[in-house]
Amino acid sequence: MSWEIVIGLETHAQLSTASKMFSGSSTAFGAAPNTQASAVDIALPGVLPVANRGAVERAIRFGLAVGGTINRRSVFARKNYFYPDLPKGYQISQYELPIVQGGTISILTKAGEKSVSLTRAHLEEDAGKSLHEDFQGMSGIDLNRAGTPLLEIVSEPEMRSAEEAVAYAKTLHSLVRWIGICDGNMQEGSFRCDANVSVRRAGDTKLGTRAEIKNLNSFRFLEKAIEFEVKRQIEILENGGKIVQETRLYDAERDETRSMRTKEDAQDYRYFPDPDLLPLEVSEDWLERARKAMPELPQTKRDRYQRELGLSAYDANLLTESLDKASYFENTLEFLDATSAKTVANWVNGEISALLNERGVEFPQLLVPPKAFAELVARIRDGTISANTAKGVLHGMADGEGTADQIIEKRGLKQLSDSGAIEKIVDDVLAANARQVEDYRAGKDKAFNSLVGQVMKATKGKANPGQVNDILRRKLAR
Amino acid sequence: MLDASLKELAAGLAHRKFSSVELTKAFLARIEALNGKLNAFITIDSDKSLAQARAADALIAKGAGQPLTGIPVAHKDIFVARDWLTTCGSKILSNFVSPYDAHLIERFNAAGAVLLGKTNMDEFAMGSSSESSFYGPVKNPWDAGCVPGGSSGGSAAAIAARMAPAATGTDTGGSIRQPAALSGVSGLKPTYGLVSRYGMIAFASSLDQAGPLAKSAEDLALLLNVMAGFDARDSTSIERKPEDYSRELAKPLAGLRVGVPKEHFGEGLAPDVGKAVETALAQLEKLGAKRVPIELPNSHLSVPAYYVIAPAEASSNLSRFDGARYGYRAKDYKDLADMYRRTRAEGFGAEVRRRILIGTYVLSHGYYDAYYLKAQKIRRLIANDFTGAFKRCDVVVGPTSPTVAFKIGAKTSDPVQMYLNDIYTIPANLAGLPAASVPCGFGAGGLPVGLHLVGNYFAEARLLNVAHQYQRETDWHARQPAGIQ
Repeated sequence: MSWEIVIGLETHAQLSTASKMFSGSSTAFGAAPNTQASAVDIALPGVLPVANRGAVERAIRFGLAVGGTINRRSVFARKNYFYPDLPKGYQISQYELPIVQGGTISILTKAGEKSVSLTRAHLEEDAGKSLHEDFQGMSGIDLNRAGTPLLEIVSEPEMRSAEEAVAYAKTLHSLVRWIGICDGNMQEGSFRCDANVSVRRAGDTKLGTRAEIKNLNSFRFLEKAIEFEVKRQIEILENGGKIVQETRLYDAERDETRSMRTKEDAQDYRYFPDPDLLPLEVSEDWLERARKAMPELPQTKRDRYQRELGLSAYDANLLTESLDKASYFENTLEFLDATSAKTVANWVNGEISALLNERGVEFPQLLVPPKAFAELVARIRDGTISANTAKGVLHGMADGEGTADQIIEKRGLKQLSDSGAIEKIVDDVLAANARQVEDYRAGKDKAFNSLVGQVMKATKGKANPGQVNDILRRKLAR
Repeated sequence: MLDASLKELAAGLAHRKFSSVELTKAFLARIEALNGKLNAFITIDSDKSLAQARAADALIAKGAGQPLTGIPVAHKDIFVARDWLTTCGSKILSNFVSPYDAHLIERFNAAGAVLLGKTNMDEFAMGSSSESSFYGPVKNPWDAGCVPGGSSGGSAAAIAARMAPAATGTDTGGSIRQPAALSGVSGLKPTYGLVSRYGMIAFASSLDQAGPLAKSAEDLALLLNVMAGFDARDSTSIERKPEDYSRELAKPLAGLRVGVPKEHFGEGLAPDVGKAVETALAQLEKLGAKRVPIELPNSHLSVPAYYVIAPAEASSNLSRFDGARYGYRAKDYKDLADMYRRTRAEGFGAEVRRRILIGTYVLSHGYYDAYYLKAQKIRRLIANDFTGAFKRCDVVVGPTSPTVAFKIGAKTSDPVQMYLNDIYTIPANLAGLPAASVPCGFGAGGLPVGLHLVGNYFAEARLLNVAHQYQRETDWHARQPAGIQ
């Protein structure tokens, strides 16, 4: 009997505003406890919320990026429950009328491209933090995070594997950074997912009972938690058991999910429109300005790279992992002709990305600006240096040693492309290696590589490998 | 001095007939003499008040005085004031000293007024008698056995007893106008959004509105000039050009169309109150006004709708009082849930607990549509009633309250009877309209009767004009309670 896995994700993206959703306090991470909690955040008697325009603007950008409907009028609602890190006794969120409805996220997996529908995206404020460890018999409350603006992005249950869920989360993660609404820092909790997981018999149209796994703050945990949960549910069902609708927690150390609370003790949040806040109106003018300020989206770039530059879907996808990367690629190409696209793409996705990783820096900190990098590519393309040599030059450039040409000159790396000189060296090598020549002529291909190696060695690696190949083959064919 | 109008006090200060310190001391002495009997104030801090008075005198000496500079104003204990105990009439805030000023307090401070003290009130403004205060009931200066009305009963009693020349209140369902009527003073609830709610402890956010209480409409106008104004910290605050609410006071009433709703003169209206209101209507006609019979057909739905919406909002607004960060916390508790339970059971009085329960119920899953949503629809109908009425009249006039002040304790065991006190005042809150109450005679037991005036949105200047012209022809507002001189 085969099972179908059904996954929907609810993602909380912390919006990258300087101040909170409904107060002027800073949202900076890591401050001493309660130093970023104002009268409004502490919920002193008499204080009132005022919606942060920047947060609304970011929600609009998201709606535009996923092709959703921006509700011209949305409503903030109160979600009522008691908890010490929830100072007002309610969280301001959006309930019946969210700011964004619908939209899609296009993901790429091994099986190909797939579109995942979004249900909605709504604005809300984060709660504070309860600290249970450091206080004997008491809990500490840190309200620095209370009121931080969040965009909760809810997908339809359209993912069918942990792989798809991770691809969706990664695409979403890259998108929110791309459009500049969230820093995506998962360690600091700026981007976290809840996964709704259920299974059903293949062919069933009715959804199975789901479990919600809360607060998955890494792609690996997301994947592992789903895999564990799917296995758990299938085992229960195959043994004739029933799935209980519940909220579960993923324990990374034990790699398992554990029940937090079942539907029976679910709270009645008594949602109602917040009378302190007027309905959120988005004017045509505001929408238009937001539309104009949108960068070209990753999907559009991906399509364009394939169509106009002839790149593969794989390359295009990698290049559009981040706006920085795509911009670096495009800015480099500005200095070259379009036929260099494939070379530049390979380098940006390969060597440049590896270099950034190795040094732990981002594109803006890379000491090799696109123009300088374009020069290096030009030297590869015109045969001045080999691709292999170029790697060393790139590192030199990143170390601030100079331009590509300066480093090639200084290190004497210029490729030997004088065919007369190469022919002479080839003749010497052939004369000195009669045995390999015989082997080659007897049909042993390996001998050819050895001869190439000898020539390269004799030229200290500077001979143009293409030319060496050509000349060798010509001479051996005689 | 104690009986002077704000204009007279301002002139006295400007002409150095007395200083703000002398004026403030005179009212502090009056409070000292009468508060034991009337319980109108929860907190008095003469050092703080006199420091402000001295600063005001310095301003006046420099010629930098504004209309209210140096004038003592009593504030309902629902407005937070920096370094002042602010209790909202509740045990749960019995130790809360505010670290910040309400917008309204800021504005009075900027005007150079003196904070005379914090007045007593129904706990969290929930009540029509000022009996539900943790700090004991306020007594009516006209008859200390009677209630002064509520919830702004302390402010109303303070004006009536000449313990303060001016005061502030808040009005969610009639909490300025009904005590003004029962205590024989003038009170105004402005259009919703005219005065910022920032720093005003919330009862029912969509209905709460701050306003002034004073001896006359002329004084109300001066006070409103200071109170009204846009505040970006209150999202429901309305941004509009500042206006002088005194500008129309002198306008004659000739041609004024006075709408008289038949629904406010039916069953439940005490004959003595009805008679005084009829006399007042005749007086307005003599001043040139034209009487227009109107209908407010959904009036009877206003009390039920109000007692769904107001408790619903209150149940959520009062959630922050949990003993975790400030205010009263129960002493013995087993765990977190127990701390919440005990703190709130001990910290809130019976009426507040009742309304939290009602509000929690009407917002519950499965009941929301039947109660809250329906009440919101009724609210729209009531607003429409007024929109229709204001096509035919300029001001709606009737009784403020169905009866004169009742005995302390008479209605505490019957909440519905208590709620019916606000039957004529609630519609203006539901619609967000400005409304005033001015004294218009005396009924049974020699107790004051209030005349209720409702205007169209932002028609405060017009309302005050009608009230002022009426007060020029009558002296009900100038009468003082006997026995407390």
